[in-house]
Amino acid sequence: MANQIGAFFRAQGEAAAVAGVEDHLRRFWDPRMRREIVAHLNAGGEGLTPSVRAAVARLAQD
Amino acid sequence: MSAMSLIQDADLGTPPVAGGASVTLTIDGREVTVPEGTSVMRAAALVGVDIPRLCATDTLAAFGSCRLCLVEIAGRGGTPASCTTPVAEGLAVSTTGERLDRLRHGVMELYLSDHPEHEIKGCVGEAARRAGVERVRYGTPACHAGAQTDESNPYFAFDPAACIVCSRCVRACDEVQGTFALTIAGRGFGSRVSASQEEPFLGSECVSCGACVQACPTDALIEKSVRAEGLPERSVITTCAYCGVGCAFEAQMRGDEVVRMTPWKDGKANHGHSCVKGRFAWDYAGHKDRILKPMIRETIADPWREVSWDEAIAFAAERLQAIQAEHGRGAVGAITSSRCTNEETYLVQKLARAALHTNNVDTCARVCHSPTGYGLKAAFGTSAGTQDFDSVDHADVIMVIGANPTDAHPVFASRMKRRLRAGAKLIVVDPRAIDLVRTPHIEAAHHLALKPGTNVALLNALAHVVVAEGLVDEAFVRERCDLPAFQAWAAFVADGVNSPETVEGVCGVPASALRAAARLYATGGNGAIYYGLGVTEHSQGTTTVMAIANLAMATGNLGRPGVGVNPLRGQNNVQGSCDMGSFPHELSGYRHISEEPVRRLFESLWGVTLDPEPGLRIPNMIDAALDGSFRGLYVQGEDILQSDPNSSHMAAGLAAMDCVIVQDLFLNETASYAHVFLPGSTFLEKDGTFTNAERRIQRVRKVMEPRNGLADWEITERLSNALAYPMNYGHPAQIMAEIAAATPTFAGVSYQRLDALGSIQWPCNEAAPEGTPVMHVGRFARGAGEFILTEYVPTDERTGPRFPLLLTTGRVLSQYNVGAQTRRTGNIVWHPEDRLEIHPHDAEHRGIGDGDWVKLASREGETSLRALITGRVSPGVVYTTFHHPGTQANVVTTELSDWATNCPEYKVTAVQVTLSNGPTEWQASADAQNRRARRIAPIPAE
Repeated sequence: MANQIGAFFRAQGEAAAVAGVEDHLRRFWDPRMRREIVAHLNAGGEGLTPSVRAAVARLAQD
Repeated sequence: MSAMSLIQDADLGTPPVAGGASVTLTIDGREVTVPEGTSVMRAAALVGVDIPRLCATDTLAAFGSCRLCLVEIAGRGGTPASCTTPVAEGLAVSTTGERLDRLRHGVMELYLSDHPEHEIKGCVGEAARRAGVERVRYGTPACHAGAQTDESNPYFAFDPAACIVCSRCVRACDEVQGTFALTIAGRGFGSRVSASQEEPFLGSECVSCGACVQACPTDALIEKSVRAEGLPERSVITTCAYCGVGCAFEAQMRGDEVVRMTPWKDGKANHGHSCVKGRFAWDYAGHKDRILKPMIRETIADPWREVSWDEAIAFAAERLQAIQAEHGRGAVGAITSSRCTNEETYLVQKLARAALHTNNVDTCARVCHSPTGYGLKAAFGTSAGTQDFDSVDHADVIMVIGANPTDAHPVFASRMKRRLRAGAKLIVVDPRAIDLVRTPHIEAAHHLALKPGTNVALLNALAHVVVAEGLVDEAFVRERCDLPAFQAWAAFVADGVNSPETVEGVCGVPASALRAAARLYATGGNGAIYYGLGVTEHSQGTTTVMAIANLAMATGNLGRPGVGVNPLRGQNNVQGSCDMGSFPHELSGYRHISEEPVRRLFESLWGVTLDPEPGLRIPNMIDAALDGSFRGLYVQGEDILQSDPNSSHMAAGLAAMDCVIVQDLFLNETASYAHVFLPGSTFLEKDGTFTNAERRIQRVRKVMEPRNGLADWEITERLSNALAYPMNYGHPAQIMAEIAAATPTFAGVSYQRLDALGSIQWPCNEAAPEGTPVMHVGRFARGAGEFILTEYVPTDERTGPRFPLLLTTGRVLSQYNVGAQTRRTGNIVWHPEDRLEIHPHDAEHRGIGDGDWVKLASREGETSLRALITGRVSPGVVYTTFHHPGTQANVVTTELSDWATNCPEYKVTAVQVTLSNGPTEWQASADAQNRRARRIAPIPAE
């Protein structure tokens, strides 16, 4: 699903896409889901597209 | 207006005429001024002169058939029919006199000569009395006296002997419903009303909307319930609890029993029309399957045990509290229902946030129109449709995308068909040839039969044409929209990848058809888009809604009557349940939970501290249940096991929970996994409001005491009190007062105001004290309209050798969603089972004959049902409904969902279809599980 979100924002360009994905995850994902995807990134983030990786990395800074 | 003696609607004889110059005339010496084009009959009625008539009524065009309404006009010869004679300046009309009396006497005698004496009552008796007819000179040929009554329809009967062949039923079927199922067969005394080719009503093209029964001035067409129960004595105005059209009805009562539901002429959503569900399918309220006592059980393997309300509520509260004590606040949640009232959904989300201290609350709109909320808020600033239903009367081009209004929103479909018959052009975007594509006197200018899952590609192609061919409404865009966003969007859609010639290969629609449809929508006058779940229930559902908004803004089709972006809501209160803060990320009025001022407002009203983080959505709750972090759920009025996708996954999630509380009318599929069953009340048994697809808030009025003992809002209140968060509302009006105080778009709404105005379309506030029929006039709610880039991203669900066909699902006219209500009414006669529509080519290739049992298999699961071979679906596409739990179509649908909202992708599932000889293993085990789970322990003898 995170990659789907990334695919939607892709057309807006890399910087906007990263910000868009981060904002969407913060506004619509429950904290435990955000923790899970951060944990997935920390475990290597297999399968995540670049913009999503960057967005989740920002979440990880919380 | 609420409860009163039987309503006698004023009938002015012929319909009103819009606009026109004023004309003044005299009728029996009384001066009257009316718009040009008004009939003499209507003008007379307006000054209190009631001209005798049988065939005229103000819901139908004048017909001039009965010849009772004759008048004399000074200076003109003859005795014209007043219903078909338009007014003219200075006319002097006489409605009585020796010559008129003599003519009416003769006409009435002829009527009575073909009418059994015992049927000379009602309007016929009244006309006979007024004409002074005491005996008939012609003997009694009574050609229809021996005719058999047609009892075939489950709800109404037709007795030709009582019929005066006035054609009101035929005209109602034509003009109001637009089905053209009735005609007059034969000639002279042999004339008779005929359904289709002189078939019984049930077997004819009749859709049982009831318009003919409503129009019949005699007892020839009559509800069977009236014959059985007797004539009603009083009326209560209320709102239908089926689809999002929100028809207003008179519940006509005799004592405490409903005798019939008749569409209310003053209802602003339906203007006196109805469909087979709202008009007739209400007796599920008294069905033997209905559960009336609370029940509990330790585990779902146990039989149910009937207990008192106090015991059930205490059991539920203790379990929820125990779960939270052990696993944390976020281990429980609630689901509100679009079948329940605004007040009830508001209370459930309040219970979740204030009593359970969690934002884990969601609503069944999650699986239907959640992308509408997200997409329209992003584009326009408000999560709602832009128009009222009356707006369609001003549309010149109507584009229907992924909706089947004649089946799912039939009363609005009739309005739409009336406009189409008057000349508006129609574009249908749908993989199936829905009825609107070609129906009597209507043919779509373009049917874009796209491949399921390619909506965004198609809409981008339409936008490409608009931009590339210079069809943008530049003045509108410059004045009303964000210009840089528009420019970025225009460059995006102008790219060759979005050209019709490229997209043809993606969506399967010829480029020439895409270009022609785009040109028509952009240049054909007022362009109105109506869409349904064929737009939202996709992995790109939200993107599709945004693409629709882009198209409407680019062509200037917003902000006035006749245009707009109009989501057709599936359930009666989808709009309302979303408005009421049912989503986990927002409070009432679509305000995000992270906004501190909004949270502060609710915290001060509710006396609690609110969590600023969004909660879990329904699919997230089920996933969390399977990983053990979510263990308790309160579900009001939704059958998530039958209606949500991937039933096996859903069942496993429910089975993993420690406490599932189901509040419903029946032991639905979800209840098989419940520990507490709280019997719910029907819309006839409680007060409240529903909000329909045009943002119209309407009253629901209690016409009888709840058979289960409590209205649903009272049950939620009791549960909250047991959870130590006090709720003590005395009446739903008090809940609405709290909603109004907390929600800017509802600020002016109160029961008093609803009673005074009949209904209110939000926003209703100081700026719009009587509501807002059309939104975004002059300015979008968000300021400048936002163009959003909508790149087409194919769904991950792909066909292949194992699953070569695409399944799409939907519903039929006679049934409603999971069928819990309609399967328990006479409507079952029209749809006793779900069938799989398959194209003749695909069927032949597999050796499948019409009616054969077939297995429908996807990557998720398989079920079996009978095949229906039809050209309505394209080769490669199959279609079925989800009304019957025995079929459980959602066993095969996948968990793929919309990127923004998790709305499931019901409309695209790769499947294979093969011949079958019986139920699948899943069906057999589900049946056995339900039998076990629905056992109710006998009450021990005292």
